[in-house]
Amino acid sequence: MLNKIYDWVDERLDITPIWRDIADHEVPEHVNPAHHFSAFVYCFGGLTFFITVIQILSGMFLTMYYVPDIENAWKSVYYLQNEVAFGEIVRGMHHWGASLVIVMMFLHTLRVFFTGSYKKPRELNWLVGVGIFGVMLGLGFTGYLLPWDMKALFATKVGIEIAASVPFVGELIKTLLAGDATILGAQTLTRFFAIHVFFLPAVLFVLLALHFIMIRRQGISGPL
Amino acid sequence: MSNNRVSRRQFLGYTLTGVGGFMAAGMLMPMVRFAVDPILQKKGDGDFVQTAQKISELSNEPTRVDFSYEQVDGWYTSEVTNSAWVYKDGDNVIALSPVCKHLGCTVNWGGDTAHPDQFFCPCHLGRYEKNGKNVAGTPPLGPLDQYEISEKDGFLLIGKPTENTLI
Repeated sequence: MLNKIYDWVDERLDITPIWRDIADHEVPEHVNPAHHFSAFVYCFGGLTFFITVIQILSGMFLTMYYVPDIENAWKSVYYLQNEVAFGEIVRGMHHWGASLVIVMMFLHTLRVFFTGSYKKPRELNWLVGVGIFGVMLGLGFTGYLLPWDMKALFATKVGIEIAASVPFVGELIKTLLAGDATILGAQTLTRFFAIHVFFLPAVLFVLLALHFIMIRRQGISGPL
Repeated sequence: MSNNRVSRRQFLGYTLTGVGGFMAAGMLMPMVRFAVDPILQKKGDGDFVQTAQKISELSNEPTRVDFSYEQVDGWYTSEVTNSAWVYKDGDNVIALSPVCKHLGCTVNWGGDTAHPDQFFCPCHLGRYEKNGKNVAGTPPLGPLDQYEISEKDGFLLIGKPTENTLI
């Protein structure tokens, strides 16, 4: 049945070459843990992406209950965690995954560094990777405020002061982030929510696409 | 006039780029202006806030004075309480902001038992002298802000924080 549907579509749209291009490629022996177990270090990039997918999915579901409003943000988080079925799990996935993404990304960076994979001709992909690193940290920073508890509030106060210490434009950055020159409040929360849920993910998708296209174009770097 | 004739193709290219540019700007301008509104908004001049502190009862030892005012945060109005460290220097009344200039924690007078006559920030062990001057070798990079002050019927009024003028 499924085969028939596939053939029907393929006959009209010729989709086989498309997914072949995406999915059908050689995995060299030196990156295959089945051949050399130590090659598991080559998995960290894929694991980062896997956890990123979990973050996107769990985040999408969290917004079904969460509201970015200072009166209700904390209450909505409390409700979705304690009253909604599996709320603890879904929020837990997003909470722990956030830290795990950073860990995996860091290990991936170390692997690329120590195998020298950033060298010519792959310099541009390293740069895009650094961009992804920055976006991920931004996602972590903006997401940390959203539960609107004391820890979130004061961590953001400190984070915004760090941003404000940038020479010359620090105060501008601070106001742009917080939505007010002096107050960290209602406008900060809505801004951080928008940045966390729309702006940074949009940038992330573009950078990830570039990252993956470049890998496919250049192939995996050779063995040590 | 230059002798380079603009070809039909070039002319269309320029025109379409120009029109496209205007369309893109027409879409982006409102959104960008919308996003940067906070940095272009006028700062309201700080009104003075009444405190319950009698000026005659101040000493040369910094005392914490709390004051409450209505804070407007976009669409959200609330009553907030801030505090100041106030002392008398001769006839002058000095009110210092308790916000640490390192990363914005709250400082205490004599909070560190080893330095009872200094302001102390518990977050990263920043210290300030009585006039707000940051102690060299501790994290803060500048002196504590100073509040504008005023007086009404013998009571202290506190205005907006400004740069420290004592140092």
